[in-house]
Amino acid sequence: MINIVAAIFILSGIAFMMIAAIGIIRFPDFYIRMSVVTKASTIGLGLLLTGVGIYFNTLETIIKTISISLFIVLSSPISAHVIAKAASLVRVPFWNKTNLDDYIEAKETPDDPRYVEHNYGSSSKEKSKKI
Amino acid sequence: MWVYLINIILAGAITKILHEESGFFQKSGLLSLALFVVSFILLCVIAGIFRKKYITQIYLSSGLFLFFLKELVVANLKVSYEVLSPGSNLHPAVITVPLDLSTDLEIMLLANMITLTPGTLSLDVSEDKKKLYVHTLYSDESREVFRKNIKQGFEKKILAINQL
Repeated sequence: MINIVAAIFILSGIAFMMIAAIGIIRFPDFYIRMSVVTKASTIGLGLLLTGVGIYFNTLETIIKTISISLFIVLSSPISAHVIAKAASLVRVPFWNKTNLDDYIEAKETPDDPRYVEHNYGSSSKEKSKKI
Repeated sequence: MWVYLINIILAGAITKILHEESGFFQKSGLLSLALFVVSFILLCVIAGIFRKKYITQIYLSSGLFLFFLKELVVANLKVSYEVLSPGSNLHPAVITVPLDLSTDLEIMLLANMITLTPGTLSLDVSEDKKKLYVHTLYSDESREVFRKNIKQGFEKKILAINQL
């Protein structure tokens, strides 16, 4: 009985990770890919670790799995946030269907170097055509 | 804050002692985990006799945790459906959310929770810590609705915990 429950948890964790891997290939834009990928490591690994804890069912394993998932939940969004901020500073282009009204308004000051050359709203394909 | 830390250490000690003394808890790790949770709640109730705030804080933060888990699962299923279904139904946008939170810890909690729910990614916090730039995949509902969802959901609950 306990084997079946553990297997269900582990298999669903693996399924979430695989879906995220497909998402990396399918989605058009750096930011969208980022927001899909960070969750693979959290919910996928969380489910996997829960399955492992249920399967071995000793106090030592459960302490280890809980602390691993705690550290992941603490560290993975922070790294995602830092990478996304770095990308927006280096002007990684957004997808051309992205609605950027709020962001442009906020950054639109004449001496903001970020706005002048930022290629808002042009996809990478259009860019390569121009070159 | 210190009360919870002491309670966690005490509950850990109780679990460790009972785990080593009785053969009943040695059979199953999940039972030991349940013992830890129950003894932690009992210790918080004992602390709550002296100051009532400890009980309500535990109640509200477990409510926030359950709400976060629900959001996590729902949004994950939504994004998984988006990945697996053919064609594209994405309407990405960057939306500013005005913040009512003041301290750094609260803003970190909110930004982390937004990043952890799939489909949304917190890009940046403005210099004066009053705006949060959120990149979302589903802006087909209007901006006001999106802002309201975040403010009524996560932000209100975090504020309620900290204002006690």
